[in-house]
Order: sequence, then structure tokens, then C-alpha cells
Amino acid sequence: MIVFLEEFMKKISENVYEIPMENGMNVPARIFASEKLMKNIEDDKTLQQIKNVAMLPGILKASLAMPDAHQGYGFPIGGVAGFDVDKGVISPGGVGYDINCSVRLLKTNLKEKDLKNKDEILHSVFRAVPSGVGQGGKLKLSKDELDEVLREGAQWAVKKGYGFKEDYEHTEDNGKLPNANPKDVSQRARGRGMGQLGSLGAGNHFLEIGIVDEVFDEKVAKVFGLEKGMITIMIHCGSRGLGHQVASDYIKEMEIKYGYPKFDRELVNAPIKSELGKKYLSAMACAANFGFANKQLITHWVRENLKHYFPKIKMDVVYDVCHNIAKFEKHKIEGKEKEILVMRKGATRSFGPGRKEIPSDYRKVGQPVLIPGSMGTSSYVLVGTKKAEEISFGSTAHGAGRISSRAFASKNINAEDVKKKLKSKGILVEAGSLKGLSQEAPEVYKDVDEVVRVSHEVGIGKLVVRLKPLLVVKG
Amino acid sequence: MNKLKIKYKFLEHMADVKFQAFGKNKEEAFLNSALALMEVVTEKVKIQDISKRKIRVGGEDDVSLLYAFLEEFLYLLDAEDFVVGKIESLEIKDGTLSAMVLGDTASKYKFSNDVKAITYNEMFVREENEKWVAQVVLDV
Repeated sequence: MIVFLEEFMKKISENVYEIPMENGMNVPARIFASEKLMKNIEDDKTLQQIKNVAMLPGILKASLAMPDAHQGYGFPIGGVAGFDVDKGVISPGGVGYDINCSVRLLKTNLKEKDLKNKDEILHSVFRAVPSGVGQGGKLKLSKDELDEVLREGAQWAVKKGYGFKEDYEHTEDNGKLPNANPKDVSQRARGRGMGQLGSLGAGNHFLEIGIVDEVFDEKVAKVFGLEKGMITIMIHCGSRGLGHQVASDYIKEMEIKYGYPKFDRELVNAPIKSELGKKYLSAMACAANFGFANKQLITHWVRENLKHYFPKIKMDVVYDVCHNIAKFEKHKIEGKEKEILVMRKGATRSFGPGRKEIPSDYRKVGQPVLIPGSMGTSSYVLVGTKKAEEISFGSTAHGAGRISSRAFASKNINAEDVKKKLKSKGILVEAGSLKGLSQEAPEVYKDVDEVVRVSHEVGIGKLVVRLKPLLVVKG
Repeated sequence: MNKLKIKYKFLEHMADVKFQAFGKNKEEAFLNSALALMEVVTEKVKIQDISKRKIRVGGEDDVSLLYAFLEEFLYLLDAEDFVVGKIESLEIKDGTLSAMVLGDTASKYKFSNDVKAITYNEMFVREENEKWVAQVVLDV
């Protein structure tokens, strides 16, 4: 039997651990992890952070950590919590700095044999999608246009000719979060976002051309339009400087108005129904819409670019999921259906069959859950479940989660070696800088296979297909 | 007084970048924090002194002042396409920090380390053993 550092933590069922209520916690903390993942989780401050979250007013049921959880700010990455709308609070630390950091998956009518000039295609896509630090967006927006982006998200982009209605219909919230009032976004945030729309950014953001290499659930895969051997495209990015600044702005405002909790300055919060709480939620929705529009533009440019190589290419959006967001949703609380506020920070919504939020063509089976691996490892498509709605506020993991620091990676991992190793596995990478490459090397991340296995076994997201990367563009 | 030997050092942090900056006074610790931040962004690429910007920020306490000061560098980068290479002067008076910085058009260079935000996580500014220490964790 493995002994854990957290004294009172107990295993309540296979892959589910609980820390009972103690000192100031309003609910217990619960972790979905295998023993192996729990060892990683114990290495940093994740457990302390979910205990801190459990101390927030109005939190319901339990403070949760998903299988890929690791230390974050305020909430851990992989932290999920539900709040009573009347008694609860909203914390920018429960959403994160990269508001609506999210993932979109596209399917194509291509097969691997069609990708003849892999180097050339990779280089061409790399050039078509702006990436890196600072500005770099291809669009010059007026103030009014930016307002429209903030209000309408991906729907704005489609209206402007960058894509199709079907794209946003296969996006969470139709690519447009409601109640987004651009007035709640500061001049500074606008200034940072203005030149960045339609750019990938840097860090862990990427664009990946891959292939469906294993199908676990034929029936659901068919509903999602996925089949073995199909070429797919995955886009991972967020709301860039605009979202980061929204988070910073409201952390500051809430601190001035309400002070901050002694246990963690990053868990500063405001009552959900307060003026400031509502303003943050509106600004967050604007940033989320910026993120949706951003991915829609990138989708368009990749489409246009690949048309040069494959004039008959078809690229349809399978789905687009948020990883850093707060949303009002209906959940069962003490036997009664109730609207609550769910914060997912580095976690994916995982609604089961029948929910009205799911696009009609998927509603019978549940929503697609997109879980990217690290650069060069597999990614997965899962399907949401009723079980998730019962035990995790309809949520599961969002990715692999780090196990080594960036500093360690820069010092100990050679970027050229990373590139060579990936090439030997048939994966080509083009990155903004070599240093970025070593910091995102596969070995600094948790085993994504283990993360999705736990999600599947606990039943909070069931395996559908696995995607193997072929070409990777890194910001 | 002798100059400090170490201006700043990077510490282990699982997901992000953590550093401590030192100074014989608060101003110097703030200045060195900014240098550490810029090293993360520029990855030690030399930045030309082409033009100047003035920074003026306020804060409720030392920590929020440091946060606001460092955030200014991210703002200049994203909103004004300006990367700082040198800090010409820095003064803190009655909770307000004024600084003159030198730098260049950011898009002339190719950076890949996206610092998303300055955070309050583990942040402190304090005087210990007759020197000032500022600790910062960046969300990258």
C-alpha cells in the first residue's frame, strides 16, 4: 500500500481520493487520479490549492482536481468547482490568466498518403498562422470592430467571411458567450489584444496535423465523423494578451474592493451577484469571445493554405472546447436541478447525452471532449458522460499536465535532440524558437495515456479515438 | 556602497518561471526584477536603445506596486510593440513608481517565451540582512 503525504486523505473508490473537511474548508476536496498520477500531484502545491478553493464561500459538493492536475494560481490547473449563485463567489483565479485557452479539432477528407511533401506543408502552415510573442495578428481592427469581436466571438469571424456557420455550431456556446459587454474590458486589455487577433501566441500553444490511429468506440466515433486513418487538425490557443489583462485588471479591482483571502492572494473574489462580480463575468465572456474568434480566423487561414496543396480538401470542425472558463449551468444539487456557476481551470466540460448545450447531431451520445497531449505525444477525443454530471460537475481532464519545470527543461533538454527524437517517430516540428521546443518536450509532461485512462475508468469522460501527431507548429 | 554581485536568480518552479531579484534598496530590487522579467522575454538577446518610454504606476503596497510595474513591460510589448532593453532611471515615492526605460520595436526580434501575466503567487518584497529581495512567479 502506498503512503501519501497528505495525512487525512483517503481512497474512496478506485482512482478517487478525498481530503475531508478541515480548518476552514466548506466542502471536502476530491481528486480523480491513479496512484501513479497522485505521486505527481503530491509533488507540488496542488492539494493545498484545492483545499484553499474548498474554503471559498458558497462552494458546493466538493473542490475537485482532475487527473492531470498540477500547481496553478489560486485554483490548481485541473481544478473544478461549482458555486451557489446566491451565496457563492467568482474568482479570476478560478478561470486563469489565459481566459478561454481552448482546443478545436477539425477533420479532413485526407489520408496520410496524401501528405507527400510534409516538410513543405509544415513550413507553409507555419507561415500562414502568425505565432510568437507580442503582436503578430494579421488584422487591423477599429475600436468598433473589436467591440463586435468581444460581443460575438466566432460568429463575428464567420459573418466577416472567415469560415462557415457549421464551424461555430460545433463550438461550445456556438462560439459566443452571452452577456459580454465590451464596456467592461479596460483600455489596457483592448490595447494588448488589438494587434493580436488571429495569432497562435507562444508557450504551450500549438497547431497540429495528425491522424486518427486508434478507434476505441466505433459507434461514437461515427457520430463525431471520425474514422481510422483520417487526417485531423488540432488548434490550441487562447485569448492572448487581452484575456491576460482582463484577469489582471479584475484581480486588482476585486482586491481593492473586497480585500484578499489570507490563505491565497490569487483567490481574490467577488460575490457572483455583486456589481463587480457581474462585470468580471462580462469581461471574461468578452475575452472568451476573443479566443473563439481567434481560433476561427486561424481555422480559416489553415483552410486557405491547405487548399494550395489539396484543392478538394474538406475541413470540418468536429468540436471546440474551453479549458479555462466559468459558466452558469444546471446541475443536480441535493437532488434538485439548480443553476450554479461552474469554474473550470484547465479542465474540459464533459456533458453526457441529452444536454441541450450539446450540438444536436451529437446530443444522443454526449459532447466531444478534446484532450491534447504534449508536443509529439498522442491526443485523445473522449465523450462526455452522465457520470461526469453526477460526480465532477460535468468535467474531466484537459491535457497532460507538467511534471518538470521549464527551468529544468531549458537546462537539461537539448532542443535539437527533441527535434531529432520526434523525427524518428515520424513527427516533424517547426517552432518559433528552439528554446521553446525544449521547454515543451514530451518528457516534461505527465503521461497523457494515463490521464485519459483514469478519466475513462472513473467514467467522467470515455475514450473514443486516439490521434497521433504528424506535423506540429509550435508558437 | 558596493554593488551587489547577483542581480537576480531563477528558482525551480513546476509550471512557470520563478525568480528572486536583489537590491541594496527597494528601487534596485524592483529594477533587477524588471531585468529578470526581460531576460525571460528576450532570452538574453541584446536589445538596441532606439527610443524611450516613461513608466508611472501606483500600488496599494510594495507587492501590488511591483506587480503593476512589471505588468507595464507586458503592456508595452503587446500594445505598443516595444521591448525594453535598459532601465535608465527608477524612483519610488509615496507609493508611486516612475521609471525611464530604453528599448526597441519588438517585432524586429523573434521571441518565443510568452509571459502571460505577472502573478501574486508567492510574490513578496522585503528587506532581509540589509538587502532587499523581491520574489516573482510569472505565468508563462
